[in-house]
Amino acid sequence: MLLIRCPVCEMDRPELEFRYGGEAHVARPLDPSSVSDQDWAEYLYFRSNPRGVHAERWRHTSGCGRFFNAIRHTVTDRILATYKAGEPKPDLATLTGETGR
Amino acid sequence: MADHSAAARRASPFAEFPADWGPTVAGLRLSEGGPAARFILRGTDAVAVASGAFGVAIPTTPLRAAAGAGRAALWLGPDEWLLLGPAGEADALAASLAAALADVPHSLVDVSHRQTGLVLEGPGAALALNAAVPLDLSLAAFPVGMAARTIFEKAEIVLWRTDPERFHVEVWRSFAPYVRELLDIVRRENAVA
Repeated sequence: MLLIRCPVCEMDRPELEFRYGGEAHVARPLDPSSVSDQDWAEYLYFRSNPRGVHAERWRHTSGCGRFFNAIRHTVTDRILATYKAGEPKPDLATLTGETGR
Repeated sequence: MADHSAAARRASPFAEFPADWGPTVAGLRLSEGGPAARFILRGTDAVAVASGAFGVAIPTTPLRAAAGAGRAALWLGPDEWLLLGPAGEADALAASLAAALADVPHSLVDVSHRQTGLVLEGPGAALALNAAVPLDLSLAAFPVGMAARTIFEKAEIVLWRTDPERFHVEVWRSFAPYVRELLDIVRRENAVA
């Protein structure tokens, strides 16, 4: 079982307590009616889906109930970092350098 | 005149079980936590005022519980707490908290009927819980006074360590028989092993 560190509880918690919430840092256009159909479609439907490190949202459903962000490697499933929602995305190069990938 | 207060109509979720909670197995005792007044308090600004009215300092440190004078406040989230008090004080507690919090943005919901309490105590209590709870329950990782909302097999529970070998489990009443039976099975199995 994966242990995921919840940045709000400040504790490693079992994967069972969490729900996945999709890609992180996808900003909703501030004025949807003024963006082009293409840009709106990009926001609604298109995600990066990388093979490698991925910033994604998780919710500690059966714990503190909070959404937070995690940096996960989609191949190894290793979670490199977790941080509270609203905080800036950590530098991926530093993170991957530390773990040798 | 008939008593229409909430507490008067509350039935134990274990009503269909034998009244006897079974013998102590290998020193491990399982019992009903008893009726209680329960509230969910939400709102970070409400903590200071609510602590004064409640009589217990509501913890703002993650995963901590504070207790005193028959009342307890358990941290569930950064803006969410479970308040426990004696069953008879439900109406009085609600009134005093609501009065104190009148000018503060908050949410105070009476969940006395939603959930019930179970108490597991004795040597091996943590081991028995670990059959269904995937948390590290060693004293170093989960000390006395720590509380966490977590998973018990398929049920969501709030687990609170009140003593090195005593746990209080808050569970929604529809899941209570499920949790009780699983704990009973586990303690029997552990006694054999």
